[in-house]
Amino acid sequence: MNIIELKNVAKYYEMGETTVKAVDGVDIQVEKGDFVAIMGPSGSGKSTSMNLVGSLDLPTKGTIYLDGRDISHLEESELAQIRGKKIGFIFQSFNLIPNLTAKENVMLPMLFQGKSREEREVKAEELMKLVSLGDRMDHYPNQLSGGQQQRVAIARALANDPEVILADEPTGNLDTKTGEMVMNFLEELNRKGTTIIMVTHDPQRAEAHARTIYWMKDGKIDRVTRKKQSTKKK
Amino acid sequence: MIFDYFSLALQNLRHRGVRSWLTVLGIFIGIAAVVSLIALGQGLQEAITGQFNTLSADKLIIQSAETGFGPPGSTAAKKLNEHDLKIIESVKGINEVVTRLIRVMKVNYNKASQFEFVASIPQDDVKGKFIYDTFNLKTSSGKLITSSDKGKVVLGRDIAKGDSYGKEIRVGTHLIIQGKDFEVAGILKPAQSFQINSAILMLEEDMKETLKIDDEIDLIVVQVQDKNKIKDVADEITKDLRKDRKEDEGEEDFSVQTPVQALATVNTVLNVVNLIVGGIAAISLLVGGIGIANTMYTSVLERTKEIGTMKAVGAKNKDILYIFLIESGLLGLIGGVIGAALGVGLAFLASWGANTAFGTELFGVSIRPGLIAMAVLFSFSVGILSGILPAFQASALKPVEALRK
Repeated sequence: MNIIELKNVAKYYEMGETTVKAVDGVDIQVEKGDFVAIMGPSGSGKSTSMNLVGSLDLPTKGTIYLDGRDISHLEESELAQIRGKKIGFIFQSFNLIPNLTAKENVMLPMLFQGKSREEREVKAEELMKLVSLGDRMDHYPNQLSGGQQQRVAIARALANDPEVILADEPTGNLDTKTGEMVMNFLEELNRKGTTIIMVTHDPQRAEAHARTIYWMKDGKIDRVTRKKQSTKKK
Repeated sequence: MIFDYFSLALQNLRHRGVRSWLTVLGIFIGIAAVVSLIALGQGLQEAITGQFNTLSADKLIIQSAETGFGPPGSTAAKKLNEHDLKIIESVKGINEVVTRLIRVMKVNYNKASQFEFVASIPQDDVKGKFIYDTFNLKTSSGKLITSSDKGKVVLGRDIAKGDSYGKEIRVGTHLIIQGKDFEVAGILKPAQSFQINSAILMLEEDMKETLKIDDEIDLIVVQVQDKNKIKDVADEITKDLRKDRKEDEGEEDFSVQTPVQALATVNTVLNVVNLIVGGIAAISLLVGGIGIANTMYTSVLERTKEIGTMKAVGAKNKDILYIFLIESGLLGLIGGVIGAALGVGLAFLASWGANTAFGTELFGVSIRPGLIAMAVLFSFSVGILSGILPAFQASALKPVEALRK
């Protein structure tokens, strides 16, 4: 079953006189439990695709299904509710709220789902321990290293037990070693059943971790590669 | 939920430290100005009301119409006289009638000479007591004068201090008033009325003799039997005097005033003053509000990416709107609370300063709970109102565009 499906989706931007076709007729199917990478050089439309997959943006044409529901024409508030619950985001530059502590950052997505303070605290502490930052709960983002910040971001992405984690260049701002640590973490989450969709321009990383890779070029899907079943269950 | 928004908003404000305080400063200066000025205005109003209350509600004052500025009766076209007094005494419902002279006289003491107000004390001791009681006059040293105290005077506190004579005036001192020698019999206790504090009391006969006055009266104080009928008595006196003088209604060359009427006139003036003060304060609050709006706009711009992130993790437009509105409301609220406290302090400081400088107790401070509540509420509203546009701007940001920043 597909958790996310993009059917002939296009996104155009008006730039003055000209129309930029960022994404032009894309079909993507993400199966539940899969580890998908969207690959491509900058300008290939991979970021736009990720925004559409993550319901951060609405398509100009085409249909997007999230968990079987057409979300192409929903209002922003409904979208916010859905994405807060079903999708966890990990950004290249971590995007932690600077004036909240690590724990408070992790609590934030649960606040918008209307969970009680107590519930949020318990869950946030649990997640902080999961990403091995149990001793950094009350640190502010600027008191944490890049790798630690990205782990806080992962904990935040997991706050509402999402079915999908969307990672936009999650290792882009990290050195190789911490980058690998973050990737291993994502793999482990995937093994536990969370669907991972990762956007990257690094083919080695994509091939090392993802099972399904969408190669994008000029706003279209160039080719799709899938690893064999055997490598899936190593 | 709302509580969580509050703590989020508070954390944001704390994070911006100096900038938040500067914004709050813009608001609390305005609020402090409003609170202190209104508190002083009301204090002054109460002090002046106090002046009038020295004439209690059952008394009327009849005077000649004035042609200019000066002490009561001094510039009247047609002075009141014994004939008028008889007419007034014949009106029903009157308990006591007392005539008074109030004139400016030249006083020589310690080689200095000054012009002072001199008010007469009736020759009749019952009426004299009536005057003393009405104005609640008591001496701090010496005694009050009675009919047997010819050639003696009682001084108001401010005169006795002798600032303008270069020497304090004590009981037993001799003064030259209008060329004649008078002995100081008593010094009055400080009164609420500054007019009494700077007056000299002299027996009526002494005044008439010194000033060579024959049949003249500056003002007539009437005490009515029933203070609820004071208006009727006042109308009756007006009618009778008008008839006697063959004057038309509205053309009278005398006035019959109740303290309430006089008070209403003063209050009108004070209300205008309060209105102007309020207007100036409103402008300063407007400026403060613009300051809040400016800070909030800057904040929206700076935190665009943050807003995008919050939307990505599930914040609805409404959530963002509330967070920003609460932030601007808090700026207003904090400004209001600090401003109100500062305003109260400022009012007391100003009244103390003014009273010390002028040597009076006229500048009081009146803090009404309503004033404080209104100031804080108003400031909070200014904060919310100034935050509305920036908050809408923040909430309407598209998540993709906000994240791209």
